Amino acid sequence: MSKQLKDSTPTDSEVILGILNNSETALKKLYTAYFPMVLQLIINNNGDADDAKDIYQEAVIVLYNKVKAGDFELSSKLKTYIYSICRRLWLKRLTQINRYGGDIRDFQDFLPIEEEEIEQHNDRNIQFTKMESALKLLGEPCKTIMEDFYIHNRSMQDICERFGYTNADNAKTQKYKCLQRLKKLFFQQK
Amino acid sequence: MKMSDNQLLETIERYLNGEMKADERKKFELLRKENAEVDSKVVEHKLFISLLKQYGERVELESRLNAIHDEIDVHTLKENLMVHPIWIVQFWRHHHSKISVAASIGIIAFLSAMWFTGKLNNSTNSEIIGLKNKMNRLEGSITNQGRYINAIKSEKGKTTVDKYSATATGFAITSDGLIATNYHVVEDADAVFVQNADGNTYKAEVLYTEPQHDIAILKITDKSFEKLGTVPYTFKRGEGALAEQISTYGYPDGYPAYVPGSLSSLFGQNGDTLHYKITMPINPGNSGGPLWDSKGNVIGITDSKEAHFEGEHFAIKAKYLLDAIKNIPADSLENKVILNKKNTLTGLSEAQKAARAKNFVFMVKVY
Repeated sequence: MSKQLKDSTPTDSEVILGILNNSETALKKLYTAYFPMVLQLIINNNGDADDAKDIYQEAVIVLYNKVKAGDFELSSKLKTYIYSICRRLWLKRLTQINRYGGDIRDFQDFLPIEEEEIEQHNDRNIQFTKMESALKLLGEPCKTIMEDFYIHNRSMQDICERFGYTNADNAKTQKYKCLQRLKKLFFQQK
Repeated sequence: MKMSDNQLLETIERYLNGEMKADERKKFELLRKENAEVDSKVVEHKLFISLLKQYGERVELESRLNAIHDEIDVHTLKENLMVHPIWIVQFWRHHHSKISVAASIGIIAFLSAMWFTGKLNNSTNSEIIGLKNKMNRLEGSITNQGRYINAIKSEKGKTTVDKYSATATGFAITSDGLIATNYHVVEDADAVFVQNADGNTYKAEVLYTEPQHDIAILKITDKSFEKLGTVPYTFKRGEGALAEQISTYGYPDGYPAYVPGSLSSLFGQNGDTLHYKITMPINPGNSGGPLWDSKGNVIGITDSKEAHFEGEHFAIKAKYLLDAIKNIPADSLENKVILNKKNTLTGLSEAQKAARAKNFVFMVKVY
């Protein structure tokens, strides 16, 4: 019985070490352990299962980035922290879509979450949205060249072969042209 | 030394990646110090590339999370986690006016009984008469309340069956669930559902509308919806031919029906160029249906909002539908709309055409 419980809900330090070690198992355990709690919060407070997925994934990303950046201090149970972040994000979303009725039905203990706790996350989301649309506007083959080189760390030689550039210099020139345009598209956005 | 932008970028990259030899590095650092423009480019490049990398990591993390999420049986979880007393709340929201009426009748009966007994409470005998009256009135009010409760119950029963306020027709534009219909069909709708030829109902949302052309594009959002096969018809931007044999398939009265007709004018009411005038026996439920030419090209959307003469109706030309599809804001679409270019209805008999196309025509139910 106690073993089973241990299997389904990972300990807090197991999760944190797992994230630091890029462990897929730990991420999966974390995700499946606390999703029901967040689903319960959202569907009983004017949201649906898709909202729950969005909010929960955002909270997991907040936690993940904090742990990776080394500035996560576990001052409460991980469960409480995740619930509190989701609660904060959902309240904000409800207010944005004018569906907030003034009170929220709670199912867990929670901590007050300061705006600055999620501010950095929100800023980064805005930057990522801009990057996404800049890449989209950039079009092919530039988009793939940028992703291959800068995100997937592929070598220029690989990229040459994929795109059939016969001359490494041509490929290089093309790469820098693409990058210039990507920057321009990115900074042009409001 | 003057460098091109590309050369400068390449130099910056080599510098940031630590690929420079000691003396070249020194030189470049000196240049950075002296030239503010070069320095700011170095900073900008470093930040930008790191943002690009972080963006890549985020996309990857999201796809990992989505893969984990897909293994969870959300539906069952949801059933178990929904707080159940909620149906009482919904019942109250739907019927509170009736419940209040029933309650106030009860209160009036009680108050009048009180008043009645109060007036006659000067002797024991009259007190007994008063009590008797009170009993009678209470009985009456109980019967009344019973009646109200029954009325409420029967109404509640109805809502659980199917209480859409109107039905019309819509047809698939793409296999992933984009559906064209008329704007007037979904105008002011609280909720929209579509039902396929097999009787399966799917939730849909109004993705885009052009009220001026009476066009609405719906998107099936239901999780249980599976992609349709390739759409068998194509869309014809050019004008149809006068007197051509045409047909539509739709749900005139909640049941599927094939209706033939002819294209009687390339102009609509009072010569407008938005509509064709068509002669076919259709009714309002056909609104939003596909109008096919004899080859099975969609040349319009059946629009039977109003009929002036018997059998005379209108259809919105396909050109306006094609324009509307183009005007759908890109950010509301998951995938680019790619219209079918190969008409597989050409040369088939009308019966074969209807059989093949019926899976792509939906009943639109509006609540």
